[in-house]
Amino acid sequence: MSLQQSRDQLLGAYRQMKTIREFEERLHKEIMTGEIAGFTHLYSGQEAVAVGVCQHLDTEDLIVSTHRGHGHCIAKGCNVKGMMAEIYGRSTGLGKGKGGSMHIADFDKGMLGANGIVGAGGPLAVGAALSAKLDGKGKVGICFSGEGSINQGAVFEAMNMAKVINAPAIFIIEINGYSEHTGASYSVGGVDIAKRTEGFGLKTIEADGCDYHAVYDAMAELLDYSRSGNGPSAAVFNTTRFFGHYEGDPQNYREKNEVKDHRSTRDCLKKFCKDNLPSGIVTQSELDEIDASVMGLIDEAVTEARNAPPTPMEEMEADVYISYE
Amino acid sequence: MAIKTYREALNEVMHSEMERDSNVFVCGEDISGGAGGTSGEREASGGIFGVTAGLLPRFGEDRVIDTPISENTIVGMAVGASLAGKRGVAEIMFADFVTLALDQMMNQAAKFRYMSGGKAKCPVVIRVPYGAGMNMGAQHSQTMYNIVTSVPGLKCVMPTSPADAKGLLTAAIRDDDPVVFFEHKAMYGSKGEVPDGEYIIPFGQAAVLNEGDDVSIIAMGRMVLFAKESIKKLKAEGINCDLIDLRTTSPLDENAILDSVEKTGRVVIVDESTPRCSLASDIAGFIVSHGFSSLKAPVQQVTSPHAPVPFARELERAYVPSPENISTAVRRVMNYK
Repeated sequence: MSLQQSRDQLLGAYRQMKTIREFEERLHKEIMTGEIAGFTHLYSGQEAVAVGVCQHLDTEDLIVSTHRGHGHCIAKGCNVKGMMAEIYGRSTGLGKGKGGSMHIADFDKGMLGANGIVGAGGPLAVGAALSAKLDGKGKVGICFSGEGSINQGAVFEAMNMAKVINAPAIFIIEINGYSEHTGASYSVGGVDIAKRTEGFGLKTIEADGCDYHAVYDAMAELLDYSRSGNGPSAAVFNTTRFFGHYEGDPQNYREKNEVKDHRSTRDCLKKFCKDNLPSGIVTQSELDEIDASVMGLIDEAVTEARNAPPTPMEEMEADVYISYE
Repeated sequence: MAIKTYREALNEVMHSEMERDSNVFVCGEDISGGAGGTSGEREASGGIFGVTAGLLPRFGEDRVIDTPISENTIVGMAVGASLAGKRGVAEIMFADFVTLALDQMMNQAAKFRYMSGGKAKCPVVIRVPYGAGMNMGAQHSQTMYNIVTSVPGLKCVMPTSPADAKGLLTAAIRDDDPVVFFEHKAMYGSKGEVPDGEYIIPFGQAAVLNEGDDVSIIAMGRMVLFAKESIKKLKAEGINCDLIDLRTTSPLDENAILDSVEKTGRVVIVDESTPRCSLASDIAGFIVSHGFSSLKAPVQQVTSPHAPVPFARELERAYVPSPENISTAVRRVMNYK
């Protein structure tokens, strides 16, 4: 039995999941046009995790994301048009086009950045949690990670440090089956990730990461624990990745129908509808309305990003320091 | 003014800045004297070099954090908290261990402001005891400041006197950018006059510690002390030197360098690092590119050799640039042609 959520809350969660999905599906198409440079790592399939976690947070709760960060950004409230412009490398981007897909951040929203270094978010999130602990307002620092970063020493250090200093850090481990191109069954020695986090003394919950309600409920429990001064905790969410490691990844390492199967059986949006339409708490027409408005937003975001002015040359050496003389 | 050691000057700043700003916290290995020991006694030592002595009883363990041996997370935690509005002062026990924290220094702290288009502020200080001369072997004796200086987004500071230690550490903690602060291990006990009260030295301003028309000696860190010794002897030989103590290598006081080079036309750069990609080679390149017309002799670089720091006393003594090495280089530029 899931925790009760209001109609508005559910519609809000659906809107965010749908926004992430359409943002990524659209990027997948736009990248084929060659207009978007560089690496892009898409989050489609994992939306329930980002949204189920961030539904509980406000701007003073801080999150640190990964290279696959678009979903976390949207769920934490980053401006979608600013994100799209950043991915297009435009002056109107959240980082003036100087960060790119892997470095979208919005400090005003408590989003301390996607990150190009797998595992680097662990120490940073402990720092965010330390700051929260010093402020004593019951806020938390959250580290999104996956089965890639769970094999990085920095994350082990961070988990241990969080426990040692009793910081309200929460490690969200999204198991999408792969670290880059390599299967988790190969790369994660010992296989049971929850045992690792428990070994560091973190209160740990495992849940279905394709089920928004399961994620939301698990986080309610962990946040209650960590906000109350009990120290760090961890969630292990099993989920799926609908695209490759990066756009252009031929994914030869995946069984041919794996994604197709997962799209039909493990789609968190479909699951959300199945869980919430029958009771009538939300209606199909409300969801259709959200779908249309999300599509409109993504359309506008792409059009505006395309037409936005490029980042001016003066920006090359700006923002390296606050002051440097 | 009062006579204090370099260590005392740094410790005084740690106390006064933590008192002044409750956002300042410190973290590092053994910095509060070693938590979790059998005696329960933690107040005495303040890290192996004593710079953080007395902070724990005064400010408590929330802000004076003894950490596990996890350099990457010591720095990363200070960086993360600084992004969130604190001012973390992390201590890396030996500069050599910076390698374990380089991701958080180079990829994270140094780049947040740029990648966020100017929105992030990361006022972190990473204190780094460095340098050879104490028989600590190849993994506890390196300089590392050349690596830090090369990274856009980091500032690199190297005080050479107790007064500068006070003025520059105060500036570092109040600075809004990430600062890596290099303290030479052999200088902690050195004494000098330290101004009373608040004392701040702005970054990017070299100190001209001696004036002379013959040769410009450009030095940093402990090498400044050796250059001073050398200058005394050279004066007896009738050679008068400018001594430029860079104080910060990023930002670099380019004008101070060029002004002196223009005056003397002869340059000796003294850098404790190994020679390749060193501050010496960097500044020599800068002088050749921007002050070539003033030069009367090839720029001399006095550095350690291209080898790890040796343990054996005799070898290590010969490894670190000495006042004699500096004097030899000065005579060489004086005798050129």
